[in-house]
Amino acid sequence: MKQFKAFVQKEFLHVFRDPKTLLMLFGVPVMLILLFGFALTNELKNSKIVICDFAHDEASRDITERLSAGGIFIVGQTISDYTKIEETFKAGNIKLAILFPAGLYDNLMHQHKAQVRIIADASDPNSAATLTGYATNIIMEYQRDLLKEAEMPMQIIPEIRMLYNPELKGATNFVPGVMALVLMLICVLMTSVSIVREKELGTMDILLASPVNPFLVIISKAIPYLFLSIINLIAILLLSTTLLDMPIRGSILLLLGESILLIITALSLGLLISNVVQSQQAAMLTSMMGMLVPTMLFTGFLFPIENMPVALQVISNIVPAKWYYTIVKAIMIKGLGIAAIWKETMVLAGMTILLLLISFKKFKRRLE
Amino acid sequence: MEDVMIHNLVKTYNKQTVKAVNDVSLTVRKGELFGLIGPDGAGKSSIFRILTTLMLPDSGLASVCGLDIRKDYKKIRRIAGYMPGKFSLYQDLTVEENLHFFAAVFLTTVRENYDLVKDIYEQIEPFKTRRAGDLSGGMKQKLALCCALIHRPTILFLDEPTTGVDAVSRKEFWEMLKRLKEQGITIMVSTPYMDEAKLCDRIGLLQAGSIMSVDSPDQIIRNYPHRLFAVKAEGMSRLQQVLRQSMIIKSCYSFGDYHHVTLQEETLKTIDGSELTERLTNVLKQSGFIDVEVKSITPGIEDCFIDLMKQS
Repeated sequence: MKQFKAFVQKEFLHVFRDPKTLLMLFGVPVMLILLFGFALTNELKNSKIVICDFAHDEASRDITERLSAGGIFIVGQTISDYTKIEETFKAGNIKLAILFPAGLYDNLMHQHKAQVRIIADASDPNSAATLTGYATNIIMEYQRDLLKEAEMPMQIIPEIRMLYNPELKGATNFVPGVMALVLMLICVLMTSVSIVREKELGTMDILLASPVNPFLVIISKAIPYLFLSIINLIAILLLSTTLLDMPIRGSILLLLGESILLIITALSLGLLISNVVQSQQAAMLTSMMGMLVPTMLFTGFLFPIENMPVALQVISNIVPAKWYYTIVKAIMIKGLGIAAIWKETMVLAGMTILLLLISFKKFKRRLE
Repeated sequence: MEDVMIHNLVKTYNKQTVKAVNDVSLTVRKGELFGLIGPDGAGKSSIFRILTTLMLPDSGLASVCGLDIRKDYKKIRRIAGYMPGKFSLYQDLTVEENLHFFAAVFLTTVRENYDLVKDIYEQIEPFKTRRAGDLSGGMKQKLALCCALIHRPTILFLDEPTTGVDAVSRKEFWEMLKRLKEQGITIMVSTPYMDEAKLCDRIGLLQAGSIMSVDSPDQIIRNYPHRLFAVKAEGMSRLQQVLRQSMIIKSCYSFGDYHHVTLQEETLKTIDGSELTERLTNVLKQSGFIDVEVKSITPGIEDCFIDLMKQS
């Protein structure tokens, strides 16, 4: 126990005395959250839209005016051919198409009901969702004003269609994604580098030649990073709930528990990497390439997995972050409990146990 | 009683293409200061790593304090102190933190064994809050020695502790070793510096993985088979050329300000020893050298090393 305490203490000293590590630990997550948060939500001003107007009446003109007035949309083109909508999307720059059916105003007046179709380019799901939201709001505003004048119930029903990414993955998806990314990155990178550093500096020689149980060395390395990762996680959650209006609908404790599970998965991966590489650079490179890239690609928060070739979909199953991502979304966005995510949790736990077994088996009690 | 026994030890690297330790056998007695002398790449560190249970040999037997390096490696790790050739403490921890950490690693405290490291630690105590990475070379070695000693080991393995350390610190370091030896700790030390060999009780001369000789430094010098002369004159490189071409000279190599020279057996038989220096001086003067100085000297360990190297 005394040995363990000394080791943990030493690891904390290493972390706090190395400004680069500290920056990596706390700078990168904050930067990622802010970068993803604002880069994905801020460029929504001056989005070009196309209007497909079959109505040519009071209502369609009024709504079009309101749309172009807000500063959010620029009406680039007005067409009157339904089939050309897809073409204009493909030609580029168009984020949204709004389709007014013939007799819009008449329908409103006489049937008290009309439809407006909004078609969005959902290949960038985040902005597609936001933009359709804006457009819907503007249409609703028009409806309210009309109601005041006419004093009779009427309703415009916006019918929203998402092109290219119909399920609209990604609206509030990047926060769980960044959480997975940060936890993977920090834990895998930090553990593998800090173990390999001991090898490189030769301190591992002394530790191995001492009566210390090598597993103690490893476990004591995991503790500080586990602790720091939890702090990191809390920081990410605080940032995303306050700055980015991310909801946490489910249990925070469950979220923390699942996160700790992922952290342990990541730590054991880092341990495995440190077993097979010899230098800090190699450890860094392996962690980056082996963790960062698959996590970004196969988690699903940047590119929908459903749209990938089957082979890649299969590969995505071995990326731990994918499972964690599903879990976090279920907890944070849908507010589900353990009953809904026990399967994913089991997969993650199984992966962790497997990784730990392999790395303990591969761990060398001697040099070379 | 032998604290280290090595028998026909072999260690190869790179899938047996590089032989680092080639059939080495030697013993280190209890309480002895044993020096492993050899140039870089002779296999010193490999032997240390095998004895400290960091590596397994390809074949051969080795034991430390009667404990087998394969079977009883856990016990050896408790009683041996090891200081690797490279400075291997935590550079970002202070002197004090390093010492306390290694005390904890060996399940002891600094206070418990303070008397053993006191002499050495007092020299670095003024810098105890300084980070180990900011210490001078000599200080680093003292700290490393303290850390290797903090658990009161019965045997101490020091791999090139004086390499890269200034002359004064080197001298101090050997004095510290002498005091540790007086406390009954067996010490096995390696060094590439031949002049340090004389400070050991016994030495093993190691070259290209093989032991050439194991004995006390005095005995190794006594076994030197030739008469040795030191020669000096104006134009040392030309002097070496001339000497090497001469029929009566067996070997000639430069050694500091002098060339060390041995003579052919036949020459030694025909001429009385006392006349040899005069004969040599005259020969060289006739060859046009000025300021010629020739003296008969007793060989050092390095002369013995070079001679043994040629024999093998």
